[in-house]
Amino acid sequence: MDVGKVTRRRFLVRAALPTIAAGVGIGSPRLCALAQAAASVSVLPASGPGPMPVTLNVNGRAHELRIEPRVTLLDALRERLALTGTKKGCDQGTCGACTVLVDGRRVNACLTLAVMVQRKAITTIEGLADGDQLHPMQAAFLAHDGFQCGYCTPGQILSAVALLAEKRATDEASVREWMSGNICRCGAYPNIVAAVRSVAGQPS
Amino acid sequence: MNAFRYAQARDAASAMAALAADPRARYIAGGTNVVDLMKEGVERPSLLVDITQLPLRGIDRTATGVRVGALALMSDVADHPAIARDYPVVAQALLASASPQLRNMATIGGNLMQRTRCAYFRDVSQHCNKRAPGTGCAAISGVNRRHAVVGGSEQCICTHASDLAVALLSVDAIVHVRGRAGERTVPLERFHVLPGSTPQRETVLEHGDLITAVELPASAAARNSYYLKVRDRASYEFALVSVAAALNVAGGRIRAARVALGGVAPTPWRAHAAEAALLGRPATGGTFAAAAEAATRGMKGYGQNDFKIVLVRRAVNRALQHVGAIA
Amino acid sequence: MSGLVGAPVDRVDGRLKVTGAAKYSAEIALPGLVYGVMVLSTTASGTSQVDADAARRAPGVIAVMTPQNAPRVDSGGNGAGDRTLMVLQDEVVRYDRQPVAVVVADTFERATDAAAMVRVRYAAAPAVTRFDAAAEYKPASGGRDVDKHKGDAAAALAQAAVKVDGTYIVPVEHHNPMEPHATVAQWDGDQLTVYESTQGVINARRTLAQTFGIPTASVRVVSKFIGGGFGGKGSVWPHAVLAAMAAKLVNRPVKIVLSRPQMFGSVGFRPQTVQRVALGAGSDGRLSAIIHETSAQTSVFDEFMAGTGAISAVLYGTPNLTITHRLRRLNTSTPTFMRAPGEACGSFALESAMDELAYATGIDPVELRLRNDTQVDADGKPFSSRALREALRQGAERFGWSRRDPRPRSMRDGRLLVGMGVAAASYPTHRSAASALVRVNADGTALVQSSGVDIGTGAYTVFTQIAAEQLGLPVEQVRIELGDSAFPAAPNAGGSQLTASAGSAIKLAALDARAKLLALARGDASALIGGAAAIAALMRTGGVETIEGRSDAKPGDDAQKYAMHSFGAQFAEVRVDPDLGTVRVVRFVNAFGAGRILNEKTARSQYIGGAVWGIGMALLEHTRYDERSGRIMTANLAEYLVPVNADVPAIEPIIIPEDDPHVNEIGVKGIGEIGIVGAAAAIANAVYHATGKRVRDLPITPEKLLA
Repeated sequence: MDVGKVTRRRFLVRAALPTIAAGVGIGSPRLCALAQAAASVSVLPASGPGPMPVTLNVNGRAHELRIEPRVTLLDALRERLALTGTKKGCDQGTCGACTVLVDGRRVNACLTLAVMVQRKAITTIEGLADGDQLHPMQAAFLAHDGFQCGYCTPGQILSAVALLAEKRATDEASVREWMSGNICRCGAYPNIVAAVRSVAGQPS
Repeated sequence: MNAFRYAQARDAASAMAALAADPRARYIAGGTNVVDLMKEGVERPSLLVDITQLPLRGIDRTATGVRVGALALMSDVADHPAIARDYPVVAQALLASASPQLRNMATIGGNLMQRTRCAYFRDVSQHCNKRAPGTGCAAISGVNRRHAVVGGSEQCICTHASDLAVALLSVDAIVHVRGRAGERTVPLERFHVLPGSTPQRETVLEHGDLITAVELPASAAARNSYYLKVRDRASYEFALVSVAAALNVAGGRIRAARVALGGVAPTPWRAHAAEAALLGRPATGGTFAAAAEAATRGMKGYGQNDFKIVLVRRAVNRALQHVGAIA
Repeated sequence: MSGLVGAPVDRVDGRLKVTGAAKYSAEIALPGLVYGVMVLSTTASGTSQVDADAARRAPGVIAVMTPQNAPRVDSGGNGAGDRTLMVLQDEVVRYDRQPVAVVVADTFERATDAAAMVRVRYAAAPAVTRFDAAAEYKPASGGRDVDKHKGDAAAALAQAAVKVDGTYIVPVEHHNPMEPHATVAQWDGDQLTVYESTQGVINARRTLAQTFGIPTASVRVVSKFIGGGFGGKGSVWPHAVLAAMAAKLVNRPVKIVLSRPQMFGSVGFRPQTVQRVALGAGSDGRLSAIIHETSAQTSVFDEFMAGTGAISAVLYGTPNLTITHRLRRLNTSTPTFMRAPGEACGSFALESAMDELAYATGIDPVELRLRNDTQVDADGKPFSSRALREALRQGAERFGWSRRDPRPRSMRDGRLLVGMGVAAASYPTHRSAASALVRVNADGTALVQSSGVDIGTGAYTVFTQIAAEQLGLPVEQVRIELGDSAFPAAPNAGGSQLTASAGSAIKLAALDARAKLLALARGDASALIGGAAAIAALMRTGGVETIEGRSDAKPGDDAQKYAMHSFGAQFAEVRVDPDLGTVRVVRFVNAFGAGRILNEKTARSQYIGGAVWGIGMALLEHTRYDERSGRIMTANLAEYLVPVNADVPAIEPIIIPEDDPHVNEIGVKGIGEIGIVGAAAAIANAVYHATGKRVRDLPITPEKLLA
């Protein structure tokens, strides 16, 4: 396929419908249909399989990378951006060590393709503290000994930060359940629960 | 993971056209299943078409119920007040699924399309008719604790992994699909297909078809529904057996009943015999026990999974007692 | 600062861990680093024929290492290291997931993809894949631990007023630390540097030097942070050697990180054990005989034996005792140490049997254990200290044992059955030679160096506390460096012995430094009071830049005189759903006497972690093999289940103060392993109390309770 040609053609389609394309979103079915009708004549431009430009906004900083589309967010962070605080425990979505926030919501970076989270705000453990001032959740994990080997810890902390925002951590049982996407093989769970509850202002 | 091309779709038509042009192209949304399987070498797409920008995220009330966009996230659907109130079984199944992180990624449409967790399917060194037709089903006389006790064939005894689909089955959900010939609807019960002699075929969708929404019709039974998931671990595990039960009881008699099972069949499994044993009968322990027994009719174990048949009976009974307010 | 040791000090490495700044082995960045990915066998026995043409042509691939082009090394079994390592020296496959090739490429993605392009054909050979099908034999290794006989246990059992006799099975379990094994290897001429996720850099250095036939001095192994080990990272495994071989082959630093499915390959596991425990007792519950026979698996090429029955020589007194260990050879990789190897499994059998004896005699399980307490081990050696009675007493008190109605199925919580179970625990106190350096700087602060590795136990912190206390410094004024073979030697962080060994060495080195400071002050101890400022002033006055305290600490001869063990008691409460067969642990109390506790906070964490492992062992963990092929079919964390947060209740550890002058200079006994000992038995006994069903094969999954 002649990628350049296709790209130009798509560009023309988009240029003809600038406001509509920008206005497409949830709750605008008419505009949506219109855009689809206009675009149906185009062929999607594809990138890859070789390296392609990808911009990641991590901890408030934009990073420009050239990576293959198969690079996960986790490997982009660890192997390309030297942000190794995000951990690879299973690479299969079964342990939660790679938990990061994307637009404020916790996700597993190992099953996220980096190319799909461009233009989104990514927060990793390195972006949590304010200079030397630990985030309250980091400080609570330290005070409550919410870890041993420390490998699952960044994921636990980001999960816990997200959990408080989700307003699901109403009691001890709910903290346990909603922290169950983060496996700790050292078995620090009771201390993790204590740390989360202390930040949530719950007596432990 | 194999090398592939990537395209982000701005509209459904171009996404569908991209798939139509390439038999090895696949859609990607949450990615929780396809990326995982690509790492195992089970999925080897030539092109991934990113459909996350399509406007299919809405959760809207309609005259007849609720319409959930195919790209709505599992966590958003679980949190939606209309779902929690009118379809508790759906909210419960969602919250019993995977982990909070995965629920923030995975979509409703993708969940219906997720593939089995069968260890032989996931391991490309092993024989599996679903992944490599004609190689045989290694699970039938292998490690099959998590495998099907009903609905399988000599070609495949995998189980469907979804909790959500089981819950949706119990509320008569309807899948909206956009295909080459335009929009069509498929009742969820006819959406997944049993393996028979073609275990590689899992749904009625043709290549390039796009799920756009799932429609949940409102009903008294759906409002009185419950999801029971039995697993070894307290959380973050696929079901050994699950039951979605929905019951409308009026004047002491059962006016409508739905019983769907998870973890027991290659598809989400509707227990028609159990429903027949409920309909029109008094909502009593005896009725529920008879229905639970009926739910196991025709089930057959393969050794390690024999226990599921007893577990189905017990779990159906328990779930019915819950929705029948006997507990 | 006196009183520092024992205090619940926050981890000194905690800040690095909560900010993501702690660097684990896979995170070491080196210029020119490339990625190695292993191709593993998919069958348990045969010969491999590797076709790597497609992989070699793939984008970014630098080399594919196979038996044809792999550097020759000494793969062990005859002196090099403690294991035979399958590292591409021939085509013979002896177990599932054995390395058969390594692909090296410029990125992780390309190396992984190319590894999938390597075609391997196997000429199959017969494999022993079923435990029952393997012939039993008496191991050559294991020495005097293999069999132990005292009196005539068989005769005493036959004559016993009350007897119980059962077979207990613990299946294969895998460590699954959250950090996968990882190695970064770099050659600089003949000098090899390896950043390795290992529990012991000195042991790793020795093995690597022997494997490559180079002097120990030519190898440096670094392991600053390791994401859990649990025994699995106590040995050098094939990937570490392969990384170094590949680095030699491509003349660049190479990183190999195992994928989670590869973690079920060449990195060891807890072997399956089938144990017969028979107990004979009088009607008063006093034991007249213990027979503890263990059959365990090892590989077809190496022998690994854990002292599974050893605990039966320690926990209770009996005039008649038989302990035997037998092995069976299966086509698996070689098993290894896993948290309390031996005791974890042995205690499940013995302490389940004790519960059965309690029911058979009608004696309360706590009381039965108290009645059989002993002051000498089976060899007649007195214990240096023994807190079993106190652990049972205090544990029962905190747990509320007196509320337990002993009749099975007698306690309910709504529709759920309630069960309470107890088990005793013990674990031997080990200690090895170790050295340490404590350097006092001109500014009065101190630096501690030891090659010991903190695997999450808190070694960084307690070692800092030890040195700080001796020098009268706050912990902030003591810097500590661990996990580098260039530092003074320490044994593996395994067998719960690192603190006893390296901690003693650090205390002696700090005392040496303190003595030198005192000499500088002409014996005026008051000159050392006032922290770094006072010491700095003293050194300035004395015209000294640095002072070095050194030590070589060795085990004394008290170990010949005394039996040294930690003791404890485990109390579990469960809820069992009688209809669905699900078991949840709702409360857990454990009590341990383990010598002096250096840091109450990190010690409690160790005990809590041990209980969590007990929950996993009792209810979840089970590696399942396809017996036709010997292939593991649960090779991920969705199929191999470990506890998640929701599985773990409040756990209340009780620390029983113990002052044992015999064990070592710092009075510690080791706390990393005893936490799991007896934990699974306590849960299994609670399940019996709840249901009346005695499950003797772990894990206790719903199918075992449904019938």
